[in-house]
Amino acid sequence: MADVIWVYAEVSDDRLTPTSLEMLTKAAEVGQAEAILLGPAPEDAVQTLAKHGASKIYRCADVVYKDYLTLPAAETVAGLIQKNKPAVMLFASSYTGRDLASNLSARLDCGAITDVGDFVLKDGSVEATIPALGASYQNTSTLVSQGTKLLVVRPKSFEPKVNEKPVSVDEIPAASDEALRKVHMKERVAVKREGPQLDGAKTIISGGRGLKGEENFTMLKELADLLGGAVGATRAAVDAGWVPYAMQIGQTGKTVKPDLYIACGISGAVQHLSGMKTSKFIISINKDAEAPIFQYSDFGVVGDVFKVIPQLIDELKKRKGA
Amino acid sequence: MDIVVCGKVIPASSVTIEIEPDTKRMKRKGVTHELDPAAASAVEEGLRLTEKHGGTVTLITMGISDVTIGIRNALAMGATSAVHILDDAVAGSDTLATAKVLAAAIKKQPFDLVICATESSDSYSGIVPGQIAHFLGVPPVTFAKEITVDGNRITIKRQSEAGYDVVESTLPALVAVSSGINEPRYPQLKGIMAAKKKEIKVYTAADLGLAADQVGEKGAREKVLTIGRPPKRQAGKVVTDEGEGGKQIADFLAEIKVI
Repeated sequence: MADVIWVYAEVSDDRLTPTSLEMLTKAAEVGQAEAILLGPAPEDAVQTLAKHGASKIYRCADVVYKDYLTLPAAETVAGLIQKNKPAVMLFASSYTGRDLASNLSARLDCGAITDVGDFVLKDGSVEATIPALGASYQNTSTLVSQGTKLLVVRPKSFEPKVNEKPVSVDEIPAASDEALRKVHMKERVAVKREGPQLDGAKTIISGGRGLKGEENFTMLKELADLLGGAVGATRAAVDAGWVPYAMQIGQTGKTVKPDLYIACGISGAVQHLSGMKTSKFIISINKDAEAPIFQYSDFGVVGDVFKVIPQLIDELKKRKGA
Repeated sequence: MDIVVCGKVIPASSVTIEIEPDTKRMKRKGVTHELDPAAASAVEEGLRLTEKHGGTVTLITMGISDVTIGIRNALAMGATSAVHILDDAVAGSDTLATAKVLAAAIKKQPFDLVICATESSDSYSGIVPGQIAHFLGVPPVTFAKEITVDGNRITIKRQSEAGYDVVESTLPALVAVSSGINEPRYPQLKGIMAAKKKEIKVYTAADLGLAADQVGEKGAREKVLTIGRPPKRQAGKVVTDEGEGGKQIADFLAEIKVI
């Protein structure tokens, strides 16, 4: 019989997150995929999950899962795991997914593997590939605990595919214990972002410490506009307060996989590399010839970003006009 | 309010990380260490809260004797005292075993609030804070970019995909702070001098009432099977700008048919 693999499906901005569907596709490829969907969700959510390979969906639409973080969901999922004993359960490496897997790994005393890029199942045990220590070493790990193996999966590790299965929906009761209502979500604030979003951008122009200040990001914006792309940044640039967190690419920010990534004044710290190194083409400009980013680049220019980028902008305008 | 900060002291950012082939662990002994910048942010947040509300900040860390330098740094920043779990038996702990050790050490201190970094800068798992919160039986309040305490209520701005969420809980609680929540202060001479007189309690796992099979490699649920360099991308072409760098990039863009 195929191994049962569960996916914790997340809803964000009134839609199922892309990572939920990526994980489900993988789960359906290597076993029997089932999804857990807690809290309010769009009307077509069940259908979308089935379309990506879910053969069963454990569903509870109660708002407790939306209004109170982590604890109600952990209680419900822990109960389901103990009852149904799936071989593996996958969580997205997201705010919600990490917190939930963390709580469950302690509650069930089973541990978890984080930052998983791929995994295989062998006779009931799991072997996960993870880029350890940022991106400089890669390792494979296993969980020696009995029972369900919890894996926290990096976004964009798998390609979402349509693989429709007949689906059954199991309506489950909500976690009702008052004691679980401890971390109260009071308000969701959307911070307005300018320009195209990083998610799904085909071209990303990214800036790091070498840009020296907030004002110099306008130069990247101009380049991004010419190439129809979005602007991103490293943690250093975000921590310095030059650009908002929403623009951060890397281990603690977004994982991106554009066709073209232009790294400007970025040395290539592992924290950053792990969020962008699977881009199709990488171009980098840095004044330090020893910068690690060059080892990951298809084309690199050792030079001053304040000379090279303006010249590139001029050149693009010229060629566009021609 | 009494605040416990869990923070790691890690190989300094200038150190090239090496892996010990037998244990498949990061080489730490004899390597220059520093207080993890993520932990420094957690200490800083604790100091700011106690400066406002009064109380103590205790740093708890687990590590080999080389980490003392980082503990002293936190004390020099202004932490009241520190706890160092120093025991060969805890080497090789995975996230869960680490959380068990830290939770046991926290339970020996009076605390209203535990502050952790979201993740350490050397292993990035990001799940230890939530595990500690579970073992302590306190709510996990994570990804905080701003903390406000009012009586026994704590309100945080929590990072979200769209911006931030306003999340509230009661104390005692555990908060994991995100990088960039603050700019950690540099220790001043006065603080460095004062740090020399501050107490560092040293515990073993046994002192914390933990059995040998709960911690270290024996207690770990996660086992590393193999470790190595990932397959490298085929290195591309690197040129030095001699006044034509921008044009050369445009040529490359034309070559890959972007323009």
